[in-house]
Amino acid sequence: MSPPTDTTTKPWDDIPGTYVQDGDHYRRGYRLNMLLMTLNTEEGRRAFAADEAGSLDRAGVTPEQKRAVLDRDWLAMLRLGANVYYLLKLAAHDRVSVQHMAGSMSGISEQEFIDMMVSGGRSPEGNLYTDATEGGS
Amino acid sequence: MARIVGGVGTSHVPAIGAASDNDKTGDDYWAPLFAGYGPAREWIRRVDPDVAIIVYNDHATAFSLQLIPTFGLGMGSEYPPADEGYGPRRVPMVHGDEKLSWHLAESLVVNDEIDITFVNDLHVDHGLTVPLTIMCDRPEEWPFRVIPLAVNVIQYPQPTGHRCLELGRAIRRAVESYPEDLRVVVFGTGGMSHQLQGERAGLINREFDLAFLDRLVADPDGQAAVPHVDYLRQAGSEGLELIMWLVMRGALGGDVREVYRHYHVPASNTAAGLIVLEPVGDKG
Ligand SMILES: [Fe+2]
Repeated sequence: MSPPTDTTTKPWDDIPGTYVQDGDHYRRGYRLNMLLMTLNTEEGRRAFAADEAGSLDRAGVTPEQKRAVLDRDWLAMLRLGANVYYLLKLAAHDRVSVQHMAGSMSGISEQEFIDMMVSGGRSPEGNLYTDATEGGS
Repeated sequence: MARIVGGVGTSHVPAIGAASDNDKTGDDYWAPLFAGYGPAREWIRRVDPDVAIIVYNDHATAFSLQLIPTFGLGMGSEYPPADEGYGPRRVPMVHGDEKLSWHLAESLVVNDEIDITFVNDLHVDHGLTVPLTIMCDRPEEWPFRVIPLAVNVIQYPQPTGHRCLELGRAIRRAVESYPEDLRVVVFGTGGMSHQLQGERAGLINREFDLAFLDRLVADPDGQAAVPHVDYLRQAGSEGLELIMWLVMRGALGGDVREVYRHYHVPASNTAAGLIVLEPVGDKG
């Protein structure tokens, strides 16, 4: 089975640093997200903690997805089809903060992410279009 | 006859619930946000609704990628707070109103041909319980019954803004055709601007948010025509939740009076907004 590839250009292709949960993302990440869904219950959390690699194998995720989960490479998981709300279950399981996860995805530390939010968040200026000359606020 | 006496738009950031649950509302970080909730809490005490229809989204809690209702209407008598990884929030059981739920279902599907999904067994996550905390603080029991209306805002294609507004208008017709004398408020929840993922995580767009609030009040049809890609771009990937406020707005009918507004950045990673509206004219 070949991994699903994106089939069309999309109206959100020129939004920088944003992964839209569309049909392609859905198909790419289905098994991984459904595995993360098991972390909703105490029983599922225990089973995952006891054998992460085995859980990933049994869920039928790709080798790249398995590696990304074991490495806790949040951006790689996202790119490989994970959805943010499912990733938050893993963050909760690991007892790491949303800011840790989001900082990791955007290449800054947890504290830097917190500080950025306290000072008003990431500015729209230069962040609305991949071609920054095109947009901005 | 039942009638809609008000509408609330509010963010439903999980950290707001956690701040309340863990007695942190007086901390420097949280105090300004919670101070702004005071007038809204006073308003809802005064309005004293019998039922709140809470438009929210489930965050991979009761639903997963396996089953994604576009509009899922709660039909149950009870909706337990869900375990989202830290055990369920220690907040009261959410009690439903089965009779009104079935009336809404019938009116929506038969009269307005809006084919919603019926959900009986529904554990409600922060999307529904945090707005209750925001409006009611920490009571022994929630002061009104609740009918959850879960909207798919996570998986593309989400319902259009126009569809959300029309659903709200159909809810108004449904409530007004209910024979019992009930006072109903409608909550639209989620947003405002935020993005929790990707290299652009942390986006906040105050200008977009404040314009959204203005237009929600004065030009809901105009706001309902805004395409999803504009929300994704301007309000962040998770800012698309704001379409749920359009359901609330539709339920208030034509003109509304803005009773109260509060906007604060940040609540965790989100621009927290709150608006209280009352219908004007016809039914007062
Ligand atoms: Fe949400």
